[in-house]
Formats: sequence, C-alpha cells, structure tokens
Amino acid sequence: MTRALLLPFVWLLDLLAYTGRATRFFVRLCWLALAALRRPRLVLDQIHFVGNYSLSIILVSGLLIGFVLGLQGYYTLRRYGSEEALGVLVTLSLVRELGPVVTALLFAGRAGTSLTAEIGLMKAGEQIDAMEMMAVDPVARVLAPRFAAAVIAMPLLAALFSAFGVLGGYLVGLELIGVDPGAFWSQMQSGVDWLADVGNGAVKSVIFGFTVAFVALFVGYEARPTPEGVARATTTTVVSSSLAVLALDFLLTALMFSST
Amino acid sequence: MKRSGVDLLVGLFVLLGFAALAFLALRAGNMSSALGLGPTYTAIARFDNIGGLKPRAAVRSAGVVVGRVESIRFDDDTYQAEVSLALDQRFQFPKDSSVKILTSGLLGEQYIGLTPGGDDQMLTEGDRITLTQSAVVLENLIGQFLYGRAAEGAPRE
Repeated sequence: MTRALLLPFVWLLDLLAYTGRATRFFVRLCWLALAALRRPRLVLDQIHFVGNYSLSIILVSGLLIGFVLGLQGYYTLRRYGSEEALGVLVTLSLVRELGPVVTALLFAGRAGTSLTAEIGLMKAGEQIDAMEMMAVDPVARVLAPRFAAAVIAMPLLAALFSAFGVLGGYLVGLELIGVDPGAFWSQMQSGVDWLADVGNGAVKSVIFGFTVAFVALFVGYEARPTPEGVARATTTTVVSSSLAVLALDFLLTALMFSST
Repeated sequence: MKRSGVDLLVGLFVLLGFAALAFLALRAGNMSSALGLGPTYTAIARFDNIGGLKPRAAVRSAGVVVGRVESIRFDDDTYQAEVSLALDQRFQFPKDSSVKILTSGLLGEQYIGLTPGGDDQMLTEGDRITLTQSAVVLENLIGQFLYGRAAEGAPRE
C-alpha cells in the first residue's frame, strides 16, 4: 500500500536525477567540444560523416519544399491579387522557420540516429569501457568531436536548405506559373531583413544543432548495451529531438519575431 | 577514403554552406542596401505622429532611396517624436526641404518622403528639418470625415 503511494515520488526523483545527469553531460560536452577543436582531424572526419552525407537529403528536400511553397503560395496570393509577393512569402517562410526546423528534423532522422546507433554499439561492444581502462576519456575522444561537428554542420545545412528552397520557389514561379522575376527578387530583397530574418534563422539553426547533437549523443551514451537497447535508443533520439526542436522553435519564434 | 579526399569534401561542404548563407543575406535579403549607403550625414526632424515608422526605414526623394532612418526618440520637452535621418553624402538637399511620412502600397511599410525646397544653402551635419508632415492616422481621418458631414448637415436643420 505505502509502496504504491511512494511510486510517484520515486518516479519524480528518478526524473530529477535523469535531468541532472543530462545537464552535467551537456555542460561537459560543450566544454570538451571546445577542446576537441584543437584536434581538427577528429572534428573534420565527423563533419564529413555528419555534414557531407546529409547533403543529398537536405538539398533535394530544400528544392522540393521550395517548389511546393511556390505553388501553394501562388494559389493563395492570387486570391488577393498579390502574386508579386511570392518571393517574400517563399523566402521568409524558409529563412525564418522551415529552413532551421525542417533541416533539424531531417538531421535528427539522418545524422542523429546514426550518432546514437554508433555510440550505443560502441557501448554494447565495450569499446567505451576499454577506453576508460586506458585512461582515455571516451566523452572527450569520441563524443565531443561529434558534438562539435554537428553544431558546425547544422547552420550550414540550414542555409543550404533555405537557399535551395528559394531557388526552387523561383524556378516554379518562373517556369510553371509565369511570375515576373523582377518583382520576385525586388520584393524579396526589400522584404527580407538580413539581420532580423536571415540572422535569426541562423541563430535558430545553431541552437537546434546543439539540441539534436546533445539528445543523440546522450541517448546513445545512456542506452542499454544490447541490440534491442540500441534500437530503442535510436527511436528515442528521433522522437525526443524532433519534439525538442519544435518546442524550442515556438519559444524562439515568440522571442525573436514578436516585436516585429 | 584517403585523408586528403575527406579534407577536400569537408572543405567544399563548409564553403557551400557559407556561400548559401551569403546568398541569403545579400541576394535574398537586404544587407547590401542596408549597409551599402556609404558615408552619411545626419539631419533631424520632429513629427507630431510618426505612425508606424521604424528605424532603418527608407528615406526617399522622388522615389529613390537617399538615406535611412537612424533612430527615433520621444522628446519630452516638446512632446514630439524626434527622428534622426542618415542621408547619403552624395546628395545635398536645400535647408528648406520638407519631410512627410508616406506609406508604400496599401499594406506597405512607412517611409520618409523628402521633397527638396528652394534654398541656396544646403543641409549639413546635425541640421534640423523644420517643415514636417506627420503620418496619416486612420481614426483622425474618419473623425474628420464624420465631423465634416455633420457640419454640412447642420445648417439645413
């Protein structure tokens, strides 16, 4: 009877302990990631693994989303006689929101899961323990370079996504619909502010990079060292980082764009 | 993959990313026009109502951008808004030029329209533009219209 009553408190304490572990892990990662930059070979290899291999999905998704934005935007704007504003619509949607968020979601699905699986398998294969036996800090040697690489790669991928999206919107507008290219670019250039819009979008993508990388690495590090544990960990990575990115996006949007 | 192959690809990736960022900022955004004014001189104008004017709004003369709004502050001596305009040094305007707050398009942003006067002397750094016209406030316009209609109707009664 008392055991059943105590369960919620036990659960709460477990949750607090988990949060504490996660926070300490995050702080250690950030600190060691700075140190990892002094070993550029490691970070470069990870940027290749995390960034270059994500290029195909990011670029093609950006282009296709640009196409869709161009079409849907045109259909709606035509009702109000404002087809000229297609450039502004496509670019602001991409640069402020879709670029950082969709890139983060794709990144979580592609790079996040592979990071989690890699760390989880290293744990299952006892490689992490072996490193600790050799007095090599596994967090510094294995995790921190991956964290640094993800934080560096995310904003670049988001910028590429947005740029390809803008080009996609332009191609659809020009070829398929017949929007005036001059109006497209000139309205866009006067409507999109490089600091408030592009800059804020870049800040968002950096923050999402931190988030996705941290969730992927922490979940992998805490995974149960069995094949089933690794499989569940990859699922947790995608779900948790996606939800975290979307929640953070709401907070950041409210913070950054409310005054405009 | 060979050592140099990885380095090359990563370098290419980072370069592409920065190129995309630069494209967004310069071509898709307004960085080149926001920063590319060159040397400017400041002129000050006071308005009763600035409406929706924001800092970094354009100052246009004959429709062409000749400057930017630098800052807007409230003067509690005169209870007016004091707007500092950064005007491109390439263009000189007479001292009796006038400024109005205009709206670009129906839902567009507000900007400052600068109409040159006829004075021999030109505006210099820190000069005050005295002829100003405030922004149009919709409620005042409606009030004027209703008051005008009431005044028309009154003598007939």
